[in-house]
Amino acid sequence: MSEVVDLPTRKDEAWRYSRVERLQGVPLDDWRTIDVAAGESFRDTLVVADGEATKPTELHRWRVTVGEGATCELFAVLASAEFARLEIEVVLKKGAHFELGGITVGGRETVREFVTHMTHAEPEATSNQVVRAVHWGHGTGNFLGRIDVVRDAQKTDAAQDFKGLLLEKGASVNAVPQLEIFADDVKCAHGASVGQLDENARFYMAARGVSPELTQRLLAQAFLGDALVNLDDEALRDELMDVALAKVDRNL
Amino acid sequence: MLEIENLTAEIDGKTILNGLTLTVPAGEVHAIMGPNGAGKSTLSYVLGGRPGYEVTGGSVRFDGPNGDCDLLDMEPHERAAAGLFLGFQYPVEIPGVSNVQFLREALNSQRKARGEEPLTGGEFLKLAKEKSALLKLDPEMLKRHVNVGFSGGEKKRAEMVQMGILDPKFAVLDETDSGLDIDALRVVGEGINSIMRSPDKAVLLITHYQRLLEVVKPDKVSILSQGRIVQTGGPELAVRLEEEGYDAVMAA
Repeated sequence: MSEVVDLPTRKDEAWRYSRVERLQGVPLDDWRTIDVAAGESFRDTLVVADGEATKPTELHRWRVTVGEGATCELFAVLASAEFARLEIEVVLKKGAHFELGGITVGGRETVREFVTHMTHAEPEATSNQVVRAVHWGHGTGNFLGRIDVVRDAQKTDAAQDFKGLLLEKGASVNAVPQLEIFADDVKCAHGASVGQLDENARFYMAARGVSPELTQRLLAQAFLGDALVNLDDEALRDELMDVALAKVDRNL
Repeated sequence: MLEIENLTAEIDGKTILNGLTLTVPAGEVHAIMGPNGAGKSTLSYVLGGRPGYEVTGGSVRFDGPNGDCDLLDMEPHERAAAGLFLGFQYPVEIPGVSNVQFLREALNSQRKARGEEPLTGGEFLKLAKEKSALLKLDPEMLKRHVNVGFSGGEKKRAEMVQMGILDPKFAVLDETDSGLDIDALRVVGEGINSIMRSPDKAVLLITHYQRLLEVVKPDKVSILSQGRIVQTGGPELAVRLEEEGYDAVMAA
């Protein structure tokens, strides 16, 4: 006897580009809670890489509260699983800061995505999200970023920036910025763009003796680097970048 | 060293090179001058193997360090490893990749292709500093991203620093003098002499002006017009062109 679970459907905005059929049998209400107490700093990373521990569906749902004057920094690389999703709900208290640096890479039929929901619940909080996606084959990378600024949250400064790089025809990326702002003295910046490898740069590098494979790696590294700029631990930054580039190198 | 025989090439179905024949022996600097639209830049791109430039006939033999080879048969990065250097009229900006990383990867890629040991970081930096000094380029600029934020003159000097580091056997320099002030022109010209004037090297120097040729004294000067070499002479030909113009000289 199996229990009937209501799976999200693609009609639901937050699951619009997901592989919802891959959610069968995956616990949906398994939320991780991160509470950063007032004045504290918290940093964590999530790496979904090839390995035995990685499941076909990697669903990670995090609920984050960033207390007054506290800082929470999350950096994630989604480089494996047929369907990988990091979903983050964040509530920011007064003067808090939240930082997300996210990377999705993948080919074949894989879908890898970040879905975030910032709630600037109190004044003077800041949030910054930078997501970079490199895809090939029929791979898909998504960033759905919602930002709510409540009426009292004056002096909010929220930014989100997404860029997708498609290495082959057939790959796709989707960006859905969603801003709801009820305060009047706020800054909310959002940007999204999609492109291919720069042909001029490729030929220039080839003309200096760099092979097409290494050229792709260097250009992908330059592109993805933006997502990790605000990670001030160099060893950790290199580790995350290596996971992403290893995947780009193998083109799988 | 370079033997171009009856070369024809087109872009988007339009014939640009139309039976070009030219031989540059080792130890020579051969200047190519010609009116706008004659095919000078196309010649440099065809020699470099730029995608989109289709060779429809003729041959290019290159006698590099690995012996005589068919240049047109090789990928752009293989041509570079065989000792060909292409100096760009418009050097390409590559955000996110530092000069040091780019050039070290380029040099070591070439060395690997030739079966030589890679240079260590220290060895490379020493070489890079030496060549920057030769071109009077602030070595700090090597830490910056490739050509990003460089002035026109700095880009051209950086091209020559790259040439110094890569130490090619044959250089095709496409309007390396454009955008240079008089002092920079002298520095670049002397750089070309110092890097490339050697019995086992040669240069194809594409230029519009006699001024660079006063510093880099060419052994031969050819006029390229409508996709072929129409006249070849000694350095005096460049002087005549400067005084009389293309129409008069070609009509004579």
